[in-house]
Amino acid sequence: MKRIELAKKLKIKNKLGLHARAAAKIVQISNQYESKLFLKKDNREVDGRNILSILTLSCPMGTEIEARVVGEDSENFMEKLSELFEQKFGEGR
Amino acid sequence: MDNHTGEQKRLRGIAVSPGIIIGKAHLVYRSKVKILYQYLIRDEQLNKEVKRFEKALSVTENQILNLKNRMPDQVKEHSFILDSCLMILKDSMITDSTIQRILNDKINAEWALQKSVEDISQVFDQIDDDYIKSRINDVENVTERVLRNLSGKAQESLAGISERVIIVAHDLSPADMTELNIDKVMGFITNVGGKTSHTAIMAQALELPAVMGLESATDQVEDGDLLILDGNTGDVIINPDDIEINNYKKKQIQHEEYKSLIVKTSHLPATTLDGHRIVIKANVEFFEEVMSVRDYGGEGVGLFRTELLYLKSKGFPTEEELFEDYREVVETIAPDPVTIRTLDLGGDKFDSKLEISKETNPALGLRAIRLCLKETEMFKTQLRAILRASIYGEVQIMFPMISGLQEVLDAKKILGQAKEDLNREKIEYDHEIKVGIMIEIPSAVTMAEVLAKHVDFFNIGTNDLIQYALAIDRINEHVAYMYQPFHPAILKMIQQVVNAARNAGINVSLCGEMAGDPLCVPILLSIGINELSMNARTIPIIKKIIRSISIEETCDDFENVTELSTAEEVREYVFDRMKSKVPVSPPLAGGG
Repeated sequence: MKRIELAKKLKIKNKLGLHARAAAKIVQISNQYESKLFLKKDNREVDGRNILSILTLSCPMGTEIEARVVGEDSENFMEKLSELFEQKFGEGR
Repeated sequence: MDNHTGEQKRLRGIAVSPGIIIGKAHLVYRSKVKILYQYLIRDEQLNKEVKRFEKALSVTENQILNLKNRMPDQVKEHSFILDSCLMILKDSMITDSTIQRILNDKINAEWALQKSVEDISQVFDQIDDDYIKSRINDVENVTERVLRNLSGKAQESLAGISERVIIVAHDLSPADMTELNIDKVMGFITNVGGKTSHTAIMAQALELPAVMGLESATDQVEDGDLLILDGNTGDVIINPDDIEINNYKKKQIQHEEYKSLIVKTSHLPATTLDGHRIVIKANVEFFEEVMSVRDYGGEGVGLFRTELLYLKSKGFPTEEELFEDYREVVETIAPDPVTIRTLDLGGDKFDSKLEISKETNPALGLRAIRLCLKETEMFKTQLRAILRASIYGEVQIMFPMISGLQEVLDAKKILGQAKEDLNREKIEYDHEIKVGIMIEIPSAVTMAEVLAKHVDFFNIGTNDLIQYALAIDRINEHVAYMYQPFHPAILKMIQQVVNAARNAGINVSLCGEMAGDPLCVPILLSIGINELSMNARTIPIIKKIIRSISIEETCDDFENVTELSTAEEVREYVFDRMKSKVPVSPPLAGGG
């Protein structure tokens, strides 16, 4: 099995920041892929499948976090994740 | 005592979903599960305990999935709330850490789960963002379900309610809401919760009148009591007498009339009987409000508050973020104008991002335009964003908290620099953009003649003007009663500002709660105000009142009003003259 590790800096662009609905979307995506996602802010890294851990990163608008995806389908996963951040979690603003 | 003849009592809470209903109370008991604490000794007990916990998790999961499937269509779009409940249930901070505790600490599942939740809530406690912080309620709701399943005691299901009732509960979770049989439930009241809770949002979507945050509703109300619930004002009356019932039946009719009024007449212009056209605009802060301005008949935005982005962002918002935000508002409202008030932060909205020493009197401290003139780069960023948005519709710039001419000159100078920068960078903006000021400090009233020569418009902010002129902190309960819009001093000040604007030939409008108060409006028109900006929801009723009066007549009526000596005299005088002319009482409280 190929284990590819990708890392990328992502910026929170939606007004409300990484709140419940946005965090839920990250978890939803995480559950669709084999690869594992870790999100890091201020040297704290959390599992992308844990909604509470993501919330407790406490990321208002403008925060930059580092996403690390590890596993076979990491490329698709990262692409999808970047898209989600880029589209402001579907909140349009 | 017979419940139905119990003593009449009044409660006041937070109105979260509009409408007036009269009906029987149905108390829902939602007492917390009692937790037993046990040490487990043998290893096989531990494994059994883990299995018991895992089973409770899967039972809970199925319950929530069921709720989600049965969700009424009106609230389907909020189903993510239940999704996030499911995710919390599966979060390792709940699952793994509880199992670890059972095995390592050798304690029972309930105790272990409670410890996990305590840990989580400690982490949440340290979060600055109040919205995220309050998500701990979701964690508690979910664990409460798990605890109940562990105990084997079923919770009273709300699905079983078969009579038309008003639900009275300590708290209702969003999950509870999806269980409600909305044909049977007329509305609800709760002890806790507020306007921004998920429960409130769902109540609005379901059009269920609701009052939350009543603190002691479940202690004061008995099952079967007759209740009046006013979701417009937040009033709840327990065991109302016949007079109150009749009173509220009238209000109910008024509310229905009001609702149809919005549909039928909110788009008609506010022209008085003698042909004076009054411009009515809306005060907005959230984008959701922007969307409804036109529905309520607003002719633009008279006050766009820009603080939200600064409060929400980490650090200061960038020019790009501000620009996108303003452009969206301007495009939505176009071709009607939007008056953007520059940052009015400080005092009560104090911003921890700036290194400013604690002030003993923030209302009189470094805030609004004063702060902007000190943090000039931040100010210029905002002005650039506003200027750039100005080509997407009609935009006006308004500086808050002006106390004298120097601030106007300084602010205009920075605006000039921002314009020059844009010129140099060849970025487009409206070169004719109008610049105005808020008149909300008494010294600005006194200097209005001078100020009028340097700006394109005045906007009188009565909320602050009353506070500063009467030296009343309206949040201080000991003096709040002295906050009097009808104080003759206030009326005289407004008159002075209107006269100064008129002499200089500039426009003058008024925002603040007075603009949306049916009793104040006629008097304001008689003083010469011809533009008002208010909470969008009050627009239809104010327009209706304006269409039913004549300025000439009100001028006669109020000829001597500024000669009266006390606020009480003015109020009586106004009330006496207006009661026949203002046919509908204000159905919705609140203004600017």
